[in-house]
Amino acid sequence: MTQLLLFNITNGLIIGAFYVLMALGLSLILNLSGIINFAHGGFLAIGGYFAFTLTPYIGFWGALLVAPLLTAVLGLAIERVLIRRLYGRDPLYSLLLTFGLAFIFQDVTRFIWGAQGLPVSVPAFMGQPLSLDFFFITGYRLFMVSVVAVAVTLLFVLLRYTRVGIRIRAGTLDLDTVAALGINVRALRTLNFAVGIFLAGLSGVLAGGQLGLEPTMGDGLLMPSFIAIIVGGVGSLTGTLLGGLLIGVASGVTSVFFPSASEAVMYVMMAAVLLVRPRGLFGEEGMMT
Amino acid sequence: MSVASLPAARRVARRPLALALVWLVLLAAPYWMPFLGGYTALGTRVLVLGLAAMSLNFLLGFTGVLSFGHAAYFGLGAYGAGLALKFLTASTPLALILGTLVGGIAGALLGALIVRRRGVYFAMVTIAFGQVFYYIAFRWSSVTGGDDGLRGFSRQPLHLGAVTVDILGNAEAFYYFVLVCFAIAVALMAFLLRSPFGRTLLAIRENERRARFLGIPVELHIWLAFVISCVFISLAGGLDALLNNFANPHELHYSQSGDLVIMAVMGGMRSFWGPLLGAALFVVLQDYVSSLTTNWMSFIGLLFVVVVLLFPRGLLGFLQRGSDK
Repeated sequence: MTQLLLFNITNGLIIGAFYVLMALGLSLILNLSGIINFAHGGFLAIGGYFAFTLTPYIGFWGALLVAPLLTAVLGLAIERVLIRRLYGRDPLYSLLLTFGLAFIFQDVTRFIWGAQGLPVSVPAFMGQPLSLDFFFITGYRLFMVSVVAVAVTLLFVLLRYTRVGIRIRAGTLDLDTVAALGINVRALRTLNFAVGIFLAGLSGVLAGGQLGLEPTMGDGLLMPSFIAIIVGGVGSLTGTLLGGLLIGVASGVTSVFFPSASEAVMYVMMAAVLLVRPRGLFGEEGMMT
Repeated sequence: MSVASLPAARRVARRPLALALVWLVLLAAPYWMPFLGGYTALGTRVLVLGLAAMSLNFLLGFTGVLSFGHAAYFGLGAYGAGLALKFLTASTPLALILGTLVGGIAGALLGALIVRRRGVYFAMVTIAFGQVFYYIAFRWSSVTGGDDGLRGFSRQPLHLGAVTVDILGNAEAFYYFVLVCFAIAVALMAFLLRSPFGRTLLAIRENERRARFLGIPVELHIWLAFVISCVFISLAGGLDALLNNFANPHELHYSQSGDLVIMAVMGGMRSFWGPLLGAALFVVLQDYVSSLTTNWMSFIGLLFVVVVLLFPRGLLGFLQRGSDK
C-alpha cells in the first residue's frame, strides 16, 4: 500500500512538473499581455515533433536544446504577425485567434507527421529503473523532473535578477508606466511570448520521451494548466508553480483511492479555492479580476 | 459606434419589415432550402445552433461577459432531455423542460462561484468548469454511455389534445416544432432585453464602474444574465438531442464552446439576429467543407483567424457600418 501510494505520489509529481512547465509559459503570457494562449498545447506538440525529426541528426541532447528553441522562434514569428495585433483589444479576440491557431496546429501536425502516435527513443541508460524496490523511478523520469527543476530555477533567476526579467515583472504590474519609462514594450512582449513558448516546446520534448508523440498530446495538459494558474492565483508565478505541483499530486493520490475521480479532484480543488479565496492561493487582490 | 451601441432589440422593433422577412425565411425554409441543395435536418440544425449562439450572445454581446464554457450547458440540456426520455417519461415537451432545468440549475450554481471574475479570468474559469461536465459525460459510462454517447431514446409524437403530430418520422413537422420553441425562446430574450433589466445589462456592458456607482447590483445582474443564458442554451441542447436522437460527450467539450462563440462573433454579436446568421454560415460551411477535404480543422481555424483580424464586428456589424456611410 505504501509503495502504491508512493508510486502515485511520484507519478503525480512528474505529471505536476509538466503542468508547471506548461502553466508557467501560459502564465507569463497571460500576465504581461493579457492573452490566454489556447494554442499552447499545439506548440507543445510541435516541440515534441521537432525533437523527433532532429534526433537522427543531432542526437537526443542536441534535440533537447534545439527543438524548444525552434518552437520559440515559431512562437516569435506568430506573435509578430498575428498576436501583436490584438494587444489592447477585447480579450475575446485573442481567445478566438489562439483557439483557431490551436485547430490549425493540430491539423498541420497531423498532415506533416501523421495521425499515428510516434515513439521517441531516449538514451538507453535512462530507461532502467534505479532500484528494484522502487521500480517506477526510471532514470528518464528523474531526468525529466531535474530538467523541469533547472528550467524553472533559471526562469525565476532570470525574472529576479536580469534587467529584462525585472522589466517583465514590472510590466505585469503596470505596463503603461513601464512604457512611459522608455522601455520598448513591444519587444518585451515578443520576447516574453517566445520564452513562454520555449517552455511549451521543452515540455513537448520531455513528454514525447515519456508518452510518445501525438498531434493532440498537448490538449490534455491545457486544462490542468489553467487550473494550476487559477488555484495558484493569476499574476503569481510562484502560485502557478505550487498550483501545478499541488493538483498533480492531488490527482495522483486520488487515483489510488478513486481512479475515476482523478480528473474531477482538480476541478473540486478549483471550486474550493474560488469559494474560499477567489484570488487564488498566491494571487494579489485586484490582479486581473 | 453610436449606432452599434443602440439596443439591438429596439433597432429590430424599428424595422418591422426586416423582422417580418426573417420570420418568413424561417417559416418557408423547408420549401426553399431543397432548391439550394439543403435538406430539412440541416435547417433544423441551423435553428438549434442559432438558438444556442443567440443564448450565448445574451451574455457575450449584451452583458459584455466572456463565457467560453457554454457548450457544457448545451450538453447538459442534451443529456438531461435524452436521459429523461430514456428513463423517465415518454413526453417530448416534458423531457425538454427537464433538460432545460438541469442546465439552468447547473448554471445557477456555478454562476454564483464565478460572477466576481472578469475578462480573461472569467473566460478561464468558465472553460475549466465547463470541462467538469465533459469529463462526467465522458467517464460516467454506466449512465451517459461514455465516449459512445447517449443512445437508446428517440423523440416522441406530440399529443396536442385531439391531434397527434408525428415529429419523429416527419422531418418538416419536427422543423416546425423546433421553430416554435425557437420563437418562444427568442421572443422571451427580446422581451428581456427591451425591459429595464435588459437596459441595465447594456449599462453594465458599456461601463461597469459607472453602473456600480449608480447603485446597480452588478454581480446580481451578471449572475441573472448568466442563468438566463444557460437556461436558453440548455433548451437548444435539448432540441439538439431530439434532432439527433443522440447526445455526444464532445458537444460539452470546450472546443464546442469556441464554435458557439465564433458563430456569435461571425454573425455580429452587437446585433440580436447576428448569431443566427453566424450559426447558419458555420453549419453550412462545415457541412460543405467537411465533404470536400479532410483538413476541415485547418479551414475552421483559418475562419477563426480571418473573422478576428478582418471582421471583428461580424457580418451584420460590417453591413450596418457600410450602410451608415
